[in-house]
Amino acid sequence: MATDNLADKIPDFNSSGGNQGGNGPVDISALANLRRAKGLKEIASVIALAIVVVTLLEFILIWTHTEAYVFPKPTAIIHSLFTDFSTLYWKPLTQTVQTFFMGLIIGSTIGLSLAVLVTLKPGLDIFISPYIIILVTTPMVALIPFLMLKFGFGMTPRVIAISLATGPMVMINSATGFRRTNAELIALGKSYGATEFQLFRKIRFPFALPMIIVGFMVGSIFGLLTAVGAEMVGGGMGLGNRLIYFSSLVQMSQFGAVLVIVATFGVGIYSFFTFVNRKWASWDA
Amino acid sequence: MWLTGEEQFKSNLGAGQSWQKQITKRRALVAQATRIQITDVSKIYQTETKTVEAVKNFTESVQDGEFVCVVGASGCGKTTLLWCLSGLHPATSGTVHIDGELLTKPLPDRIGMVFQDSNLLPWRTLMENIELPFQIKKKAVNRKLVDELLDVAGLKGFENSYPGELSGGMKQRGSIVRALAQDPEVLLMDEPFGALDAFTREEMNLFLLKVWQQTRKTIVFVTHSISEAIFLADRVWVMSPRPGRLSRIVDVDFPRPRNIDLQFEPKFIEILKSIRDDVEGSKSGKVQ
Repeated sequence: MATDNLADKIPDFNSSGGNQGGNGPVDISALANLRRAKGLKEIASVIALAIVVVTLLEFILIWTHTEAYVFPKPTAIIHSLFTDFSTLYWKPLTQTVQTFFMGLIIGSTIGLSLAVLVTLKPGLDIFISPYIIILVTTPMVALIPFLMLKFGFGMTPRVIAISLATGPMVMINSATGFRRTNAELIALGKSYGATEFQLFRKIRFPFALPMIIVGFMVGSIFGLLTAVGAEMVGGGMGLGNRLIYFSSLVQMSQFGAVLVIVATFGVGIYSFFTFVNRKWASWDA
Repeated sequence: MWLTGEEQFKSNLGAGQSWQKQITKRRALVAQATRIQITDVSKIYQTETKTVEAVKNFTESVQDGEFVCVVGASGCGKTTLLWCLSGLHPATSGTVHIDGELLTKPLPDRIGMVFQDSNLLPWRTLMENIELPFQIKKKAVNRKLVDELLDVAGLKGFENSYPGELSGGMKQRGSIVRALAQDPEVLLMDEPFGALDAFTREEMNLFLLKVWQQTRKTIVFVTHSISEAIFLADRVWVMSPRPGRLSRIVDVDFPRPRNIDLQFEPKFIEILKSIRDDVEGSKSGKVQ
């Protein structure tokens, strides 16, 4: 009730921001439970089930006499992963990782800065948000051919595309987090004479941290998608390029191995941010 | 030491006098000092669809060490009035003076605020929450004062707990400790116990009176519970519905320290009923 009355002094972002109450554009709380497996017994049973599934797949492929070019056997993929890792997969992996992180760092820095900007100057919001929405909804892979004409076949076009994929996700989530900050908490800070910077550092930022982390997680996954997609479009580098290469040669076990590496990378991103979330934003649970 | 004023006061009076006499004398001593002077304060809100006149021509003063409660129907502007007194939210017209000084912005060293929600930052432990205002002001934490306050509030041993691990009453006591740790002269409280259950609320009222009797802060306390107001206050300001005006001032002179059974005394109920009739206006007693 007090918050209704604060409108003229304490900016009320909820009215313009939408997204009240919920966890923003992407709510991972339901999936987060997956990471809360407790005890060795539980973890062991999860691993055991995975082994059973893979083994079953192997036997089904043997029994049905499926050819390797239709569906490679798990054992063949695993074999290829171990024997060819340094020769076939290491270099493209480093290329993908490098472009991914460069894009993520550039994109998220810009995204976070824009989020701070629209929080401090709420009027800018309506000018910036249309572009952000366009960037979020358009698959950035589509820009790759155009960017290649401009910047050639090196890393640059892909880094740009990844930045454009990650930045807006980080921005939207962070801005939502900053704006959702309880008006009474802001009033509390002001009653103690906090400056705008102190309000940001002590109240808005920590309050928004869970949302910012979600933004980074979703942005990273979008980024990986764009990275691999861009490599598939052209340029002769990275894991995406290997996917096209091996499938054109019908080397399906190698293709499967690259797929496993990409999937592991994706799961790694997810796990990393889930860990970060639990470590620094557990109060929001 | 945080009881300095009180200690001094005790020594002035000499030993052997009862608490009650001390209070009475203390009141006589401070009667002249006006802490808060509210002069013709009006507050108008402009929303997208309409103009709301929340407070109109409010003039009154609060004496040093006085406990004033503000009651009124829901939406009568009592919270708005409190926010005008805090300096967070300037009045549309009229003035507020704190110790004779015109209020234009929050006075972090002289005014403490306690909100309806305990407003503890959930990512900080209780102690870190109490330290927040010190950090904002870039001052060293007054460990001795904080320690004594935590003791009075029964929060010893919970310094490292997160707000999520504390009960509603403990959180609210924590937020009062946070405000008092700044040793403000004035404490503005905006329905601080409104969200608590009846028993916790009684407990909190007793806690607040205990703290007030030890520190003699000037308190302006907004509540929608008339009995809470009578139980706590020296004076109750009754506000009329929108636009909020001061419709009546009720002096409550029950002796202190008060205990919870006071609310069953005929005189208490009499006052309660008369204020209730005032707040409810013509509707009182009729079921529609």
